[in-house]
Amino acid sequence: MIENWRDAIVDLSYLAAAILFIFGLKFLSVPARARRGNQLAALGMTVAIVATFISRELEVTKEEAGRVVSEYSLTNLLLIIIGIVIGGALSTVAARRVQMTAMPQMVAAFNGMGGATAALVSVGEFMHKVGIGRGEIASIALGTMIGSISFTGSIIAFLKLEERISGRPITFPNQKLYNAILFIGIIALGVVVVALQEGTSARIALWILFAAALALGALVVLPIGGADMPVVIAILNSLTGLAAALTGLVLSNQALVIAGALVGASGSFLTLLMARAMNRSVTNVLFGAFGAAPAAAGAGATGEAKPIRETTVDDAAVTLAYAQRVVIVPGYGLAVAQAQHAVRELADVLKERGVDVRYAIHPVAGRMPGHMNVLLAEANVPYEDLYEMDRINDDFVNTDVALVVGANDVVNPAARNDPSSPIYGMPILNVDQAKNIIVLKRSMRSGFAGIENELFHDPKTVMLFGDAREKLTELVAATKAA
Amino acid sequence: MDQDVLMGIYVFLLAIFLGVELIGRVPSTLHTPLMSGTNAIHGIVLLGAMIILGQADAWWLRVIGFLAVILGAANVFGGFVVTDRMLEMFRARRPAAGAGQKQ
Repeated sequence: MIENWRDAIVDLSYLAAAILFIFGLKFLSVPARARRGNQLAALGMTVAIVATFISRELEVTKEEAGRVVSEYSLTNLLLIIIGIVIGGALSTVAARRVQMTAMPQMVAAFNGMGGATAALVSVGEFMHKVGIGRGEIASIALGTMIGSISFTGSIIAFLKLEERISGRPITFPNQKLYNAILFIGIIALGVVVVALQEGTSARIALWILFAAALALGALVVLPIGGADMPVVIAILNSLTGLAAALTGLVLSNQALVIAGALVGASGSFLTLLMARAMNRSVTNVLFGAFGAAPAAAGAGATGEAKPIRETTVDDAAVTLAYAQRVVIVPGYGLAVAQAQHAVRELADVLKERGVDVRYAIHPVAGRMPGHMNVLLAEANVPYEDLYEMDRINDDFVNTDVALVVGANDVVNPAARNDPSSPIYGMPILNVDQAKNIIVLKRSMRSGFAGIENELFHDPKTVMLFGDAREKLTELVAATKAA
Repeated sequence: MDQDVLMGIYVFLLAIFLGVELIGRVPSTLHTPLMSGTNAIHGIVLLGAMIILGQADAWWLRVIGFLAVILGAANVFGGFVVTDRMLEMFRARRPAAGAGQKQ
């Protein structure tokens, strides 16, 4: 009787947690309630973790004198608590300290950890349980595969975003063929595991499947260009959710199934939304090898011969100070240079002089949708000064100066004019229609997509080379004096 | 045993539909925080890691379980903290935005 009460409390707690996740997600998609949504989801997680501590699932079952006995193993309980404290403390410190600019790779890292957990849980369950059904074994094989792919895929995405490895697509001959063979091999191994059901050969097959899936995850993400990483992380995020749901099927744990499926579904939908914002199809992202090396090199070679106009801080300051309408276009370069405060200062000085200053935010400026909004909000840029692409694009014609700070691909007119360009068709900010264009940039290096930008050779464009924060600070001083 | 799996698949499919419905109208500004929030929610897999470690009866299972608990906990805690930091920014400027719209 008492045991039944315990089960009921645990099951009801899982239900409460699921409801909290549902409301959490609902609120997370509305700006005014998003923060509360995240807190609700965190509360749901706390409820679920506490319920698991109470549940009989944590007990070790063994046979003593012909009777089956279940009891807590104190060592295991202690290890669980130590593990949660270590993992929780390290990641909380990391999450607190990380720069706003590095948020995308942080999300990738945490996602990879979730994927690894799902894979380890699947493998552990297979090695531990005896006499499990084929449905459960199929879930184990799938969970191991998807969790592992998500783990190594996220690590590669993390390294690309950190620029520890090149953001350019890394390709080698017959890559797709090898990946396809590897994938078919993994599926075949899964079938073998399900057919064998148990025994040493089944275990060995699952270990090989584990290793092969780890390799596949890395191989699939390596050839994808850095500019597509947001979509890749969204896909991997959704995969980890799916892997979590699969472990829930094996453990008959409905909290895992519901939360995992919610993330799997919303993550897939979010992937489509993001891909649409960048005008890329998901298949194209995964198998297209964006900005393949030969095309980029060719464009770079012809581009170097074209003339550019370089300007000085003082000249740029005068152009800005005597303009009526200025639109600032921030990009990833602004984020890298931590120039969000400097750019707000410049806007303040210009506003004091009566200049109308607005910010044009491309949906995928930075490394993730919404990245720029977060950074500029951190620098207290007023919300009403930020304009989304659709609201400001027709206004560039009436703009005296467009100041492009570290943005490149999102202002490249090739997306509109050049059908042969890899980014052709991507919606861009119509900066080229402004009367004057000042581009603040570190060097002539091409953008994340690795494509030449016509805008820099436009006769209306002047280039100001240097670190965004330094140059903006100098511009503030020069504008005050102008 | 397989009866449980079928029940799980049943719940799974219903949750899939719900997941898409829930975030159907999210504005692009919230794409990153939403992704980060769902990223924290799949940290629920920590429960699975706790169960593996709780039931472990061999040293190597303890190693797998312990590793899984650390990684799962990192996913949960880090995920929620990072998301909260992103959304903190939204809250700070909300009054200003509201005032701007009224004028």
